[in-house]
Amino acid sequence: MSDPDPRPIGRRAFLLLTAGGLSSFAWGGWASRVLAPVTSQFSQLAADVLPVGGWRIYTISGSMPVFDPKVWRLEIGGLVRRPRSFTYADLLALPRVEQVSTFHCVTGWTVQNVHWAGVRFRDLLELVEPLASAHAIRFVSLEQPYTDSLTLEQARLHDVLLAYELDGQPLSRPHGAPARVVIPEMYGYKGVKWLTSMELVGVQPQGYWEGLGYDQDAWVGRSNGRS
Amino acid sequence: MAAASLGPGRRLRRFTRTERAVHWVHAAAFLVLLASGLALYLPSLAELVGRRPLLKTIHVYTAVAWILALVLIVVAGDRRSLRQTMHEIDIWDRDDRDWLKRRGSPQGRLNAGQKLNAIVTASFALLFAVTGVLLWYGERNTRFRFADTILIHDWLMYVSFFLFVGHLYLSLIHPTTRHALNGMTRGWVDERWALEHHRKWAEATAAQLESRAAAATDQAALPRS
Repeated sequence: MSDPDPRPIGRRAFLLLTAGGLSSFAWGGWASRVLAPVTSQFSQLAADVLPVGGWRIYTISGSMPVFDPKVWRLEIGGLVRRPRSFTYADLLALPRVEQVSTFHCVTGWTVQNVHWAGVRFRDLLELVEPLASAHAIRFVSLEQPYTDSLTLEQARLHDVLLAYELDGQPLSRPHGAPARVVIPEMYGYKGVKWLTSMELVGVQPQGYWEGLGYDQDAWVGRSNGRS
Repeated sequence: MAAASLGPGRRLRRFTRTERAVHWVHAAAFLVLLASGLALYLPSLAELVGRRPLLKTIHVYTAVAWILALVLIVVAGDRRSLRQTMHEIDIWDRDDRDWLKRRGSPQGRLNAGQKLNAIVTASFALLFAVTGVLLWYGERNTRFRFADTILIHDWLMYVSFFLFVGHLYLSLIHPTTRHALNGMTRGWVDERWALEHHRKWAEATAAQLESRAAAATDQAALPRS
């Protein structure tokens, strides 16, 4: 019989694999960016079967709000000269802008080349005429108890939208139908979905995720545990 | 050879109860974690199922139960058999290494592919647990929050998913290997099957049975319990 030549390989293989896995905290992000052209094609392929396309849908309550155009209103009130209530048709009739931007989630995923259409907050704010004492906007979702806020200065940035279209389609239910906040420079938790009211306030309140330890100013790459 | 002349249908004990418990705890937890995880991950399922907070709770606490169950098995189970299994997985002889290049060299109780699968599964279990705990705690405490944790958790899922599909194929569908399932459900496999797939182990086990049978005949006069 030939020499069986036993070698202790299994434990080493286990330790190597585990070390490789743990070290991927250092190289995983880089690898995923390098592989992105390949994996995004794969996810596009999968998107035809399963609507993946890079998005993940995060909710905080039992079920997603249902949009009914007959009853939905967007109320804008608080520290404004002219409080307004918009129907869905009113919203669509406001000056429309389109933009392509990147969506960053604080949990680490990103969707590139997202086509949004909607109304700039700049334009929306002009209609309600904020008082001098107004400093921030509190956004309230139909999904209770989700709220978040932006300062007026942040909301007036050129690419901050109240979006009602995503990739050429009316905003779908998982994406916050009929309208959501889009601020590409900040992580997605600032982009309140299923928006139903906006209240202008003097002091910026804490939103849902801020209450769980996330940063008030959610600048991409400059907050929430990233340097 | 002597083993070939043995009668058919003899049962060789392949996996102890403790080994089987580890396997089935893993299998059950993996299924629940995969199903609840996919419902959290795929938008189509997320919309269909809704109830994200409930699914999240199920996902997190299944993982906790999975780890506790494994600890419990190690504490209360047959640790000697687990140590023996780990040793078998650690040691690769020339036949094991040859088997990876081309099938056919005689194998022990676990063939090289099974050893490899066990190593990957154990390593991934650890990596899943580490990234999972970071995701769970990271939601409350920024010190545990890293940009790529979720990517790593996802990639582990993709690789595990395909390993799982292959495992199911070999254990449920592929005609020549699916008898192995019996070893994992009832603990024993048929000797003829074992001689074909795990010859070195089958021969050694059969020899053991025989010497035990011989010893029993010698002591036939003694009362048995």
